[in-house]
Order: sequence, then structure tokens, then C-alpha cells
Amino acid sequence: MSVFDVVVLVCAALLTVGATLAVIRAERGPSMLDRTIALDIVVTTVIAGVALYAAVFRRADVVPLLVVLSLVGFVGSVTVARFAAVEPEGEGRVRTREEVAAEEAEKRRLEQEELAERRARRRAALEAARDAPPVEGPGADGGTPEPATEPVPESATDTVEDEPDPEHHGGPADEETR
Amino acid sequence: MSLHPRRTGWRFQWVTILWLTAVWVLLWGDVTWGNVVNGALLGVLVTTGLRMTPVDFHGRVHPAALAVLLGRFALDLVRASFEVSLVALRPRYTPRGAVICVQLRSHSDLYLTLTAELVSLVPGSIIVEAHRLTGRLYVHVLDVETSGGIEKARQNVLDQEARVLRALGSDAELAEAGLSRGRRAREVAAR
Amino acid sequence: MTQDQWTTVADVASAVCLLGGAFFALAAGVGAVRFPDLLSRMHAATKPQVLGLVLVLVGLALRLREGGAVWALVLVAVFQMLTAPVAAHMVGRAGFRTGKVRQDLLVVDELSRDLAATRRADDDDRPD
Repeated sequence: MSVFDVVVLVCAALLTVGATLAVIRAERGPSMLDRTIALDIVVTTVIAGVALYAAVFRRADVVPLLVVLSLVGFVGSVTVARFAAVEPEGEGRVRTREEVAAEEAEKRRLEQEELAERRARRRAALEAARDAPPVEGPGADGGTPEPATEPVPESATDTVEDEPDPEHHGGPADEETR
Repeated sequence: MSLHPRRTGWRFQWVTILWLTAVWVLLWGDVTWGNVVNGALLGVLVTTGLRMTPVDFHGRVHPAALAVLLGRFALDLVRASFEVSLVALRPRYTPRGAVICVQLRSHSDLYLTLTAELVSLVPGSIIVEAHRLTGRLYVHVLDVETSGGIEKARQNVLDQEARVLRALGSDAELAEAGLSRGRRAREVAAR
Repeated sequence: MTQDQWTTVADVASAVCLLGGAFFALAAGVGAVRFPDLLSRMHAATKPQVLGLVLVLVGLALRLREGGAVWALVLVAVFQMLTAPVAAHMVGRAGFRTGKVRQDLLVVDELSRDLAATRRADDDDRPD
């Protein structure tokens, strides 16, 4: 193991540590821009790593790779910076499983409440319509449409009960796929 | 900046075409006729197809001052890289930054850009905002202590601009900025 | 000196340069984790990189020693020097505009002062 090999190993270790620290910042960094910078560091470390590899094995054909990587790193960070938007605090944080489950349960509960409310309102409107016609009979447009409207509300409430919720396809299946 | 239709012809962008040809040749690695001709053709295609406003350059290149600029830049780069690395690796030390406003003395886009690039490259300062119309640069300094204070940081940026002007500017532009060319010129002016 | 000795000298110089470059890459990573706010982390991301990359490329050039690939390395260094300040500037500007800069950590903040002044001037100018 020559001195050059030892040097190469030390360099590789330093580069790995540097890239790992940058990835830690990418995970932690509170905003989009922090993560952009951290990934820029990772790209530059990759360039250094590829150059190290080319130096060890004396390969000249990986050099165009370096050119492309340096351009890609730059274009990536400039694009993200250009389209950076105002992020509310705390939204960039990765949530734990419990928090995700709690949020899902809360969302489902709100939707069930809204559905129940809609059904109650519809039922009240139908009952009002059923009670109203005998009073307004002579003034209304005639007897024919009214009996026709009677069966329709019955089936409407039936379909509302059985209709699958378009957003949630059932509780247990969702839990399994997560 | 000139939007005159005649000035945007490719004949007035030969510097850009030359630079693009050089990039192409460097990418391929050897200087053959094929590479040079292809590079020139691509350069012409890019400059005529993708129009950009041409940069007005009224100065002259002074080789001695240019050497001073590049040499000083290389020295600053090495010295300041070590400083930033030491600040990063020194245990239990957090840097206190500052954003300062520097009013540049020249009125041209080119010198503003060059000064901004050089100031950004030398570790310790980054250009955060550049107002082209008022000629102001907003510089973020990493650590006020290591740069020797806020006024010293401001003076560094102004010195950098002076070096750029001396290397690339014409005498008229230098006089406009209130600088003189060399030590002897300063003595002559003082007499 | 014989060809062999030149080769050894070149290899030693290349090793030193590669080591220096890797050291600066490590400093960049450490800075990214340690520095307190967005703007300082930007310094860590762009500054050591320039010299570190130049050193690594010089080390590589000393090892390759011939061929057109060496000139492409010059190109990589020039690209990096031209584009790193632009990237740093855009990220810093975006940071200011989206309010990600913590002003309590800055000793002097003249940009916010000037931005506030222009905003106040705009408010005054607007007809009521």
C-alpha cells in the first residue's frame, strides 16, 4: 500500500464525511433554500469524488462528466432560488407516523360531520317540501308533478346512504396500504 | 446598453463568438481545424439565435494592472478560503454576520458585475443584492470579526472595484470615479 | 532529473493538492451544519468549494499529465468561478424576499433598512 493509496483513502474519507454533513443539513434545514444549498454542496463533493477516481486510475474519459456536473449543480440551485416561495414556518418539517395518522383521522372526522350535516339539511328540505304541497295545492302547477316527486326523495336518501365517499375509499384499506 | 438594430448584428459580438469557440475547443481538448470551425459556427448560431443585449466596453486593457488584479485575487482567494474553513472548524464559535451597503463609484454595468463576481468569489463576502441603477452593492459579510470590522469590509469592496477599474477602465472612466492610475500619476496630480 | 523522478514529483504534488481539496470540501460540509442562518450557510457552500475544486482539478491534471482532457479541467474551473457567485447571490436574494433571513443574528442590516425605506416612500407617494 503506497503513500499515494493512503492519501487517496484519506481524501475519500474526508469527502464522504463532508457529503454526509451536507445531507444532514438537507434534512434539517428549515427552508427550501437551505436544502438547495446543501444539495449544491453534495454535487460539488461528487465532482471532487469523480476527479479523485479519475486521478487514481488515470482515466481521462470521465472528464466530460465533471463539466456536466458543474453546470447541473449551478442550474439546479438557481432554478430553485428563482421559484422560491414564502413557506409558512413548520411546514417543511417531516411529520411522524402518529402525527400523520392524527391528521388523517381529523380530516376524516370533519368530512363525516359535513356529510351528516348535508344529509340532515336535505332531509329537512324534503320534509318541508312534503308538508308544504297539501297547503299550496290549488295554487301550484297541478296534481301530476307532485306524486311524481314523492318516490324520488325516497330513492335519493337511499342513494345518499350507500354512495361511497369519493375521497375516502374505506378505512381499513387505507390503513393497510400506508 | 444599445438597442439600435444595427448594433445587434453579429459583427459587433465577435468577442462572444471568440469566447464560445474557445470553450468548444477546450471541451474537445485538441486544436484542430474542425474543432475551431465548428466552434465558430456554433458561436455564430448561438449569438444570432439567442439575442442578448451587448455589453458596452469603453475601456482599454492595461496588462500590468490586470496582472495585479489577478495576482491579488489569487492571493485573497487562498488566504480567505483558509479563514472561512477555520471559522467553520473552530469549536464553539458562531460567526456574527452583517449586511452592508457599498456605493460603487463607476457607472457601468460591466464593472459592477465584475466587482460583484470578484467580491463574491473571495471568501468572507457574498453579494446579496445589486442595484444596477444606483450602483449599489449589498454585501453580506460572514464574520465581522475576521474581516476586521464593518468599515474595513466596505473598504475591501471599494479597493476591489478600484483594482478592476485600473485594470480595465479607460482614463476617462477612472477620472469619473475619482481614482488615478498609478503612484506616479497620483504624485503628479498632487503637485 | 529523470522521467521517473518527474513522475514521482508530479504524483506527490497531485497527492498534496487532492488532500487540500478534500479538506476544503470537509470544511464546506461542517460549515453547512454548524452555521446559524441561511446566509452564512451560503458562504460555507460556495467559498471553500472554489479553492477546493481548483485544488482537486490541479491534482487531477498533475496525474493525467497529458491529453486534451486537461484543458477541459481548466474549463470546469472557469465555469465554477463564473457561476458560484451567481448561485450564491440568487439564493441570498430569494432568502431576503421570502423572509428567511433572521435579522437578530445580523450585526448590521442595511439592506432591510433600505427596503423598508423604499416601502415607506412608496406608501407615502401613493395617493390617498
